[in-house]
Amino acid sequence: MSGTDTAEGIYLDNNATTMVAPEVVEEMLPYFTEQFGNPSSLHQFGDKVGRALKKARKQVQTLLGAEYDSEIIFTSCGTESDSTAILSALKAQPDRKEIITTVVEHPAVLTLCEHLEKEGYKVHYLKVDSKGRLDIQEYYKLLSDNVAIVSVMWANNESGTLFPVEEMAELARQAGVLFHTDAVQAVGKLPINLKDTCIDMLSLSGHKLHAPKGIGVLYLRRGVRFRPLLRGGHQERGRRAGTENAASIVALGKACEMAMEAMEYEKSSVKAMRDRLEQGILEKVNHCFVTGDPNNRLPNTCNIAFEYIEGEAILLLLNKMGIAASSGSACTSGSLEPSHVMRAMDIPFTAAHGSVRLSLSRYNTMEEIERVIDAMPPIVAQLRQLSPYWSGDGPVEEPEKAFAPSYA
Amino acid sequence: MWDYSEKVQEHFFSPRNAGAVDDANAIGDVGSLSCGDALRLTLKVDPDSEVILDAGFQTFGCGSAIASSSALTEIIKGMKIDDALGVSNQDIADYLDGLPPEKMHCSVMGREALQAAVANYRGEEWKDDHEEGALICKCFAIDEVMIEETVRANGLRTVEEVTNYTKAGGGCSACHEGIEEILTRILAEKGETFDPNAVAGEIKKPKSGLTNLQRMKRIEELLDEIRPNLQRDHGDVELVEVDGRYIYVKMIGACAGCQMAATTLGGIQQHLAEGLGEFIQVLPAEELARRAAMEA
Ligand code: FES
Repeated sequence: MSGTDTAEGIYLDNNATTMVAPEVVEEMLPYFTEQFGNPSSLHQFGDKVGRALKKARKQVQTLLGAEYDSEIIFTSCGTESDSTAILSALKAQPDRKEIITTVVEHPAVLTLCEHLEKEGYKVHYLKVDSKGRLDIQEYYKLLSDNVAIVSVMWANNESGTLFPVEEMAELARQAGVLFHTDAVQAVGKLPINLKDTCIDMLSLSGHKLHAPKGIGVLYLRRGVRFRPLLRGGHQERGRRAGTENAASIVALGKACEMAMEAMEYEKSSVKAMRDRLEQGILEKVNHCFVTGDPNNRLPNTCNIAFEYIEGEAILLLLNKMGIAASSGSACTSGSLEPSHVMRAMDIPFTAAHGSVRLSLSRYNTMEEIERVIDAMPPIVAQLRQLSPYWSGDGPVEEPEKAFAPSYA
Repeated sequence: MWDYSEKVQEHFFSPRNAGAVDDANAIGDVGSLSCGDALRLTLKVDPDSEVILDAGFQTFGCGSAIASSSALTEIIKGMKIDDALGVSNQDIADYLDGLPPEKMHCSVMGREALQAAVANYRGEEWKDDHEEGALICKCFAIDEVMIEETVRANGLRTVEEVTNYTKAGGGCSACHEGIEEILTRILAEKGETFDPNAVAGEIKKPKSGLTNLQRMKRIEELLDEIRPNLQRDHGDVELVEVDGRYIYVKMIGACAGCQMAATTLGGIQQHLAEGLGEFIQVLPAEELARRAAMEA
């Protein structure tokens, strides 16, 4: 593969968004020019676009291992898919007033759930342990007739930890509860075969797998009761009204086809680069550690917590060296808290503020990885030099006590 | 990418006065590991003249926290401590050509460390007075506790009143939902319900008590204050109409059609709201035409 190390630098923020694959761009271009028809129209202009959408639907179906192509609903993004799934389940089963989710979901689910609580719904938030894993016993106990939907992400965007959603969906099915998974980080990185699972709904987002932003999918198992979020025309069989984003749908189809082909490479080569990255950094930098479940993690995600320094400061220096990453730290989001994921995992405060996420894609190269490994130690050293919690080559003794503001 | 000025970046990448001052006789610690922001300021003060001879900082925090610390030490070196105490967090932000609204707390930390250090020098105990409420309004850095107290003390019932009293909500509007929640909660304590459609108390005369003409003049003056900034970017602003709380302006030159125009308008609104001490809304002149057309 070509590497992302162009003039733009080294891109290691693929869990935020991915570059659009050149083949994908090529595939979508005609839909801005000659293929401009409205797929709902009966004439030949529309018909051609309509057929392209059909092909894309098949491509998505294949990647997800869905039984029918009619189970694929195109939406505008992962957030819309999540909202549609959860709100539909509540509307379709008005006497069920509870939701089960986790404390580490993406804001697309968490913020919605918090809002629903205000409207009178009861939301159960499953906690995670220090590796970001769920307690299945606790989950099992919560399943009841009162629960309208379980919504649990497949893979966590920050720690990379995978949840056993297939097993959880099976338990939900036995209890007669609908199961939704936000799989935006998992699709394209892990083999998925929905027809062999009990998952009723799944969200995916195009821009996480080398398609453009602004396109998503809600998988809806045939026969599951449904209420649309957007009502209007008969697009997507009335399940999501609004003229289709044809060019992006075509692009997503192509991206899914490419993801299918690259699956093996993701699992082996991308993972090998990620492992080398972690090992290289841990060897050269002291007082840092990898977060997440070491045995059950996305192959492309590496989240390292550096003690006694702050994440945004690390990112600024990385960026200066042409390396793009992201941080689960407070300051980037404008809040004073470290990320809700790091907090839920009980990462100590000494490190939670200094966590940095490096997320790879198949467009990265081993050469880039080596450069990042070389860049990290001086950056960390430079910031620790400024930190009141660090002196010489180690943390000050009992940092919480040594630095004691008079009002604390 | 980062909404940081050149100056902030420069002070972050090459901080001045990093590290502790040797033989310091004033030390101020603020923040903590748990809040993700901590600053130790060390000063060497001349006991006779009370002039700050040297200043050093150690900071655990984000880019703007480090830059603010660096700026603070530069500003106060050579000052008498009494004068240094007059340095506000706005001064620190101005020195850095501004900080994004979400990052204003970084400059607040600098000012507090300075107060703590001076207290330490004088052998006094320093009490910080900042509340630990969640930040509700990012535009004006107003936290929950502040809004709650103001609402209770003044029996406020609408977002507009909260804005009049605290400024919170007078900028981008993103915090209106949060303010409504606070109002709902506090009104519920009194057994009342929040009414989103309630009109703000008596239609107050502008707090400033200005006549219409004086108010117009004041608005012109305030616009004049911002003008140099716009002109530097080859733009300008023109006052078109004042209709109660709606102030219509026209962006000229490079400012017109600039992608940042909305942000610029927001900035102008903030400046005018602060200067007038009123709840006002700044709208583009086209909006005036549109509204007129709708009434016609
Ligand atoms: S956040 Fe309060 S007005 Fe912008």
